[in-house]
Amino acid sequence: MASEAAGTPGCTVTVNHQAREFTGPPHANALDFLRGLGLTSCKEGCAEGECGACAILVARPDGERSRWTAVNACLLPAAALEGQHVLTAEGLGTADEPHPVQREMAERGGSQCGYCTPGFICAMAAEYYRPERAEEQVAEAPVHHADGPNGFDLHALSGNLCRCTGYRPIRDAAFALGVPEPEDQLAQPPTAGPAATDYRRADTPAGQPGRYRRPATLSEALRILAEEPGTRVVAGATDWGVEVNMKFARAQSVLAVDRLEELRRVVQTDDHVELGAACTLSELERALAGRIPLLSLLWPNFASRLIRNSATLGGNLGTGSPIGDSPPVLLALDTQLVLACSAGERVVPLHDYFTGYRQTVRRPDELITAVRIPLPLAPLVSFQKVAKRRFDDISSTAVALAFDVEAGLITRARIGLGGVAATPLRATATEQVLIGQAWSGETLRGAGGILAAEGTPMDDHRASAAYRQAMLGSALERFFAEQDSGTGAGA
Amino acid sequence: MSITHNQRPEGAAVGRSIPHESAYAHVTGAAKYTEDLAGALSGVLHAYPVQSAHAHARLLRLDASAALQVPGVRLVLTAKDIPGVNDQGAKHDEPMLPVDEVMFHGQPVAWVLGEDLEAAKAGAAAVAVDYEPLDALVTLGEAIAANSFHGIQPVIDKGEPAAALAAAPHAFSGEFEFAGQEHFYLETQSSLAHVESDGQIMVHASTQHPSETQDIVAHVLGVDAHRVTVQALRMGGAFGGKEMQPHGYAAVAALGAVLTGRPVRVRLERARDLSMTGKRHGFHASWKIGFDEHGKIMALAAQLTSDGGWSLDLSEPVLTRAMCHIDNAYWIPNIQVRGRVAKCHKTSQTAFRGFGGPQGMLVIENILGEVAPKLGLSAQELRRRNFYVPGQDTPYYQPVRHAERLHRVWEKVLESSQFATRREQIEAFNAAHPNSKRGLAITPVKFGISFNFTAFNQAGALVLVYKDGSVLLTHGGTEMGQGVHTKVLQVAATALGVPLSYLRLAPTRTDKVPNTSATAASTGSDLNGAAVKDACEQILARLSVLAAGELEAEASEVVFADGAAHACGRSVDWKTLVSKAYFSRIQLSAAGYYSTPGLHWDLSAMRGEPFKYFAYGAAVSEVQVSRFDGSYQLRRVDIVHDVGDSLSPLVDRGQIEGGFIQGAGWLTLEDLRWETKGPHRGRLATASASTYKLPSFSEMPPVFNVEFLQDAHEDGVVYGSKAVGEPPLMLAFSVREALRQAVAAFGPAGHSVKLASPATPEAVFWAVQEAQEAREGTGHVD
Ligand SMILES: Cc1cc2nc3c(=O)[nH]c(=O)nc-3n(C[C@H](O)[C@H](O)[C@H](O)COP(=O)(O)OP(=O)(O)OC[C@H]3O[C@@H](n4cnc5c(N)ncnc54)[C@H](O)[C@@H]3O)c2cc1C
Ligand code: FES
Ligand code: FES
Repeated sequence: MASEAAGTPGCTVTVNHQAREFTGPPHANALDFLRGLGLTSCKEGCAEGECGACAILVARPDGERSRWTAVNACLLPAAALEGQHVLTAEGLGTADEPHPVQREMAERGGSQCGYCTPGFICAMAAEYYRPERAEEQVAEAPVHHADGPNGFDLHALSGNLCRCTGYRPIRDAAFALGVPEPEDQLAQPPTAGPAATDYRRADTPAGQPGRYRRPATLSEALRILAEEPGTRVVAGATDWGVEVNMKFARAQSVLAVDRLEELRRVVQTDDHVELGAACTLSELERALAGRIPLLSLLWPNFASRLIRNSATLGGNLGTGSPIGDSPPVLLALDTQLVLACSAGERVVPLHDYFTGYRQTVRRPDELITAVRIPLPLAPLVSFQKVAKRRFDDISSTAVALAFDVEAGLITRARIGLGGVAATPLRATATEQVLIGQAWSGETLRGAGGILAAEGTPMDDHRASAAYRQAMLGSALERFFAEQDSGTGAGA
Repeated sequence: MSITHNQRPEGAAVGRSIPHESAYAHVTGAAKYTEDLAGALSGVLHAYPVQSAHAHARLLRLDASAALQVPGVRLVLTAKDIPGVNDQGAKHDEPMLPVDEVMFHGQPVAWVLGEDLEAAKAGAAAVAVDYEPLDALVTLGEAIAANSFHGIQPVIDKGEPAAALAAAPHAFSGEFEFAGQEHFYLETQSSLAHVESDGQIMVHASTQHPSETQDIVAHVLGVDAHRVTVQALRMGGAFGGKEMQPHGYAAVAALGAVLTGRPVRVRLERARDLSMTGKRHGFHASWKIGFDEHGKIMALAAQLTSDGGWSLDLSEPVLTRAMCHIDNAYWIPNIQVRGRVAKCHKTSQTAFRGFGGPQGMLVIENILGEVAPKLGLSAQELRRRNFYVPGQDTPYYQPVRHAERLHRVWEKVLESSQFATRREQIEAFNAAHPNSKRGLAITPVKFGISFNFTAFNQAGALVLVYKDGSVLLTHGGTEMGQGVHTKVLQVAATALGVPLSYLRLAPTRTDKVPNTSATAASTGSDLNGAAVKDACEQILARLSVLAAGELEAEASEVVFADGAAHACGRSVDWKTLVSKAYFSRIQLSAAGYYSTPGLHWDLSAMRGEPFKYFAYGAAVSEVQVSRFDGSYQLRRVDIVHDVGDSLSPLVDRGQIEGGFIQGAGWLTLEDLRWETKGPHRGRLATASASTYKLPSFSEMPPVFNVEFLQDAHEDGVVYGSKAVGEPPLMLAFSVREALRQAVAAFGPAGHSVKLASPATPEAVFWAVQEAQEAREGTGHVD
C-alpha cells in the first residue's frame, strides 16, 4: 500500500533483481518505465502488442508456485508491476555469461539487425522455463510442426515479429534448447511473497493525475465503481493499453481487476463450467486442459501467447467488440454471463448481452465476474476464424459451431458469428432450419444460403463484404468436411 | 602490390561461419540504437509531427499559439524556421515542411518540440491548421487517367518488337497491377541531434546514407557540410527505407537542436512512420508477348507505370532498374519497355530491397505463369526453355556473364527438392482431396549487381593500426542487420593476416570517411570490403619492407598470416612488427578506396553495362490451399543460390532466408490499403501493426533448405564473393507460382489462373472460385 504510507514516492518493482521506483502517471506503460531506467533492451516496435519487441518476463502467481510469464511491456501499465519481479534481456545474461537462450540465438544467426531480439529472448526464456515443457519432452515424435523435439512450443513466439531473419534460425535456436541446469536460480521464479499482497494496491503517488487501484476484494472494487463513476476498469490491459498508446486515451481513475480472487476461479459443477472473468486466457487454457474442445480450438487462434498471457474473457466481452473471437465461441456454447454490482448479481445469457455496436446490457457499475458454460457439451464443434495471417491476426469473420447429432439427425445446433454485423450474433434462423434434419453434406450445403443471409458484413481493409458473406455461406459445408475427414482441416 | 581479390589464404577469416559481430550485444540487449542514445544526454526535447488531414490541400493558416501554451511545449517548427533550403530530398521537389500546399494525407506540416513526448503530442493536437481541400489523385489508376506523371520516361528498345509480335504464332496481352510494400523495419525512423561545444552539429541517425543525410541537414541549416557530422551506429532494419527517407527527420532534429541549443530527438511511432514514409512502389503493367511454336519468347512490349507518390525521391532509378529486370532470366530478342512514374497524393515511394528489380521481374513471371497453360506447357518447362545461354545479351545490351549458372542452380534445386517425385505425389494428393490442393513451383532469379548510377559505385575506408598492434576499422557502409560489418571484419582479418580479436569496427561516421554512397543495391560488402582491403594492403606494403629486413628476405616474399609476418621459414610477430614500425616512423594508418571498374550506362538510350555481374538463384516452393477460405500454408522451400565464394556463410544464409520470407510477405500477405472514398480519402488504411500484417512464424515453411551454388567463385570481387542482400527476395516468386498451381488444380486441366498480388487468402479464394466455375463449365465435376 505504497501511496498510503505518507512520503512513499511511488511503487516499488524488482527489476533484474534490483528494487526500482516507479513514480509515473497511471497510463504510463512498463516499456517507458524500463527504458527510463536505462534498460533499453526493451524496444518499442509498434506500441500495440503486435511485434513483441517490448516483451519482458514477469513472475506471475501460478497456483502454489509462480512462473515466468512473457508479456508486452508496451501495453502493461507500469503501476501494475508494483511488488512484482521483472526480468529483461539485460537481466538474463551478459556477453560473457550469456543465458542458454541468448547463446543459442547468437550462435545460430537468430539476430540480424537485433532490434526484435531482446523481445524474442524474453518470450523464448519463458518457454524455456515453462514447467510443463520438460514433461512434454518425453513424448517421442512432435505432435505438431510447432513443437520441437525438446517440447518447445513455437506458439510461444507467435507474438514476436522479425523482419530480418525469416524465423528459421530462431526456430532452430528454440529447438536446440535443453532443460535448465539444477543450479539455474531463475528456474525457480521468485514466489509471490509479501510483495504479492502489496501490489493489490498500486495507487499512484500524490500529485500525479489519476489513480491506479488494485483492490483486494470484489466488494471493494464494486464499491469504487458505484461511488466513482467514470472509473476505468482494466484487466489484462491488452485493449486499454492500445487505446492509451494509439488513441491517447487517459483516465483519471483506473481500477485493476486482474487479481481479484473472486474473478479468477475455474469451477466445474454438474451442470456447468464457470470461468473467472479475470483469468488470463493462458491460465484458462492450462486449467481446462482440453476439457472444452471448442475453447481448445479458440486459444491458438486468439492473438499470440504474449497477449493471451494477459488478455481475459472479461476484457474480450467488456469491449463489446463485434470482432472479438470469444463471443462466437461462447455463443455457440450457449454461455451465460455473471454480472455483479454492489447491489448484487445477475445472470444474463450471452445472446442477450450485445445490444449494438460496442453496446451491451452491462451497466457502468457492473463487472463481469464469470462466464458459465452449460454442460453437457455438444460433441461436434468447429471454430472457423478467417484472417489474412494464420497466427495472431484479427478476424475478418469468425464462425463457431456446436452440434448434437443423434441417430443421424441434428438435434441441437448452435452457431455463433463474429465480424459480420455490428455485434456478435447467434445464427438462429439457420439453427432452426437445421434441427431435425439429417447430418449430411447435402443438408449442410443446402443451408449455406440461409447462414450467408444472417450477417450484414461490410467492406474494409481486412476483407470485402462479398468474401465475408462467402465465408458464412461455406461454413456449414466446411464444418461437415472437417468432421468427415476427422482431421479438423477438412482437406 | 596489386589487388588480387581472388586469392584466399589458407585458414582465412573470410569464408568462416561466424555469428554476426554484434550477436551477443543483440541477445543481451547491450546493442544500442540511435534512440537508445537519448538517455545519456540531458535536457533532450522530443519532437512530434502535426500531420495533414487531407491528401491534397492548400495550406491556408497554421497557428501555433495554443500549442505554445501547452505546458512543456518549447517550440513549434514550421517552414518559416528553416534558415537554408526547404528541401529534404535530392530533387528539389520535396519541401521538408510545406509552405502553401500539402501533398499527402499524413504529411507533417509542423513539428512540436516538448519536454517529453506527452507534452509534444498534446502540443501537436493544439496546433490549428486551416486547409482548403483540393482534388487528389489517390490510386495509380486515377493518376494514369489524369496523365499525372513526373520525372523521366525512359524506353528500352531492342530488335523489332512490333514486327515480331505481329508474326508470333502465339501472342497474348494483358494488364497487371500489383501492390507495393511497407518496409516495416522494426526500428522506426529515428534521429537525435545536438550541438557540440565547438559548434559542430552532431546528428545520430538511423540512416543507410549518412553522407546524404549530412548534405541535406547542411543545406536545410544553410551551413557547409563540414559543420555537420552524421553517425549511423546501427539500424534496426532498413531494407531501403532508410536510404532517402531519414534525411528530413534528421534535419528536423538538427534544426530543433540549433534553434533551442538542446538535444532534440525525433522518433516516429509506428503509426506515424507508416503514414509518413515512402514504400516499395506498386506498379501497373500492360503487356503483349509473342511466342514461337516451341514456346520461345519472340518479343515483349510492355508499359510500366510506377506509383511514385508525391515527390520523386528515388522513383527514377527504381523505375530504370525495374525495366532492366523485366527479362529476369529469359532471352527476349525483341523488346520494347516504356517506363513512367505516376505522381499522386500519397507518401513518396522509395527504395526497397531489390529497388524495382522485383517489380520488373514480377511482370514477366506473372506472364509466364499465366500463359503456360495456354501454350500447353508446364510453367517450369516454359521457363527453362527461355533461359539465357552464354553469349546472349540483355535488353540493354549487356552480355549475360555466367549465364550457365542459371542452368546449374535450376538443375541443382530440381534435384535437391526431388521436384519430379513430389510433383507426382502432389497430383495424387490433389486427386484424393476435393477441398484442398497442393501446388509446387520453381522459379529463377537473375539480378544485376551495382548501382545503375555509375558514380555511386565507389567506397572509402579508414584503417588505423595502433602501436600495440590493435586495429580500428571504419568504412562507409552502414550496418542494418545485413552483416556488412561482420564481413568487413573478416576481410580485414584475412587481408592483414591477424586474428579477428585484434580488430574493432567503429560506427560509421561522416567525419571518418567522407562522400560515401548509400549502403544499398546489395553492394555494401563488395564496395566497402574492397576499400578496407585496399587500406590494409597499403599498410602491409609498408610493413613488408620492414619485415623483409627483419626476416632477411625480399619484401615480395613476406606473407602475413596467423598474426605474424613470414618469409624464408622465419617469422616476426604482428605486434612486435607494428611496434618496430612505429619506432621506424612508418605510417600505420591508411585511407582505402575502391571504385568498381568497367561500368558504363547511358540513361537516355537505356544501354550499357550497368552491372558488374549477375547473381543467380532458383527456388522450389510447395503450398497447400483450402477452397473454403483461400487460406494456404507454405509447406516446404528449397533454394539454391549463387553467393560466389561466401565471405560469411551464416550471414549469407540469413540474407537468403530473410529475403525470401520478406519477398513472400510482399507477394502474399502484406496488404497496403489506402482509403479511396469518404472523408479520409487518401489516408493509409493500414497504418498500424494490427492492420498491416508481416510474415510471422506461421509463414515460415517447416522445411526450409538452403544451399549455396558450389564452384561459384566470382572473379574480380572481394575474395571471390557475391552480393547477397537483395537477390533472394525474388526467389519468393516460387511461392506465388505455387499458389497459382494449387489454384489451377481446382479447375479443369489446362486452366490459366489470374492471381492478384498480394495473393491474400481472399484473393486466392476468388481465384479458386473462378477455377471451380471453369471446371463446372466444362462439365467436369467431382
Ligand atoms: C496484438 C493483439 C492481438 C489481439 N488479437 C485478438 C484476437 O485474435 N481475438 C480477439 O478477440 N481479440 C484480440 N485482441 C483484443 C484483446 O486482446 C482482447 O479483447 C482481450 O480479451 C481483452 O482483455 P483484457 O483483459 O486485456 O482487457 P482490458 O484491456 O483490460 O479491458 C478491455 C475492456 O473491457 C473492460 N473489462 C475488462 N474486464 C472487465 C470485467 N471483468 N468486467 C467488465 N468489464 C471489463 C474494460 O473496462 C475495458 O473497457 C488483440 C489485442 C492485441 C493487442
Ligand atoms: S512494442 Fe510492439 S508489442 Fe510492444
Ligand atoms: S533481427 Fe531485425 S527484426 Fe529481427
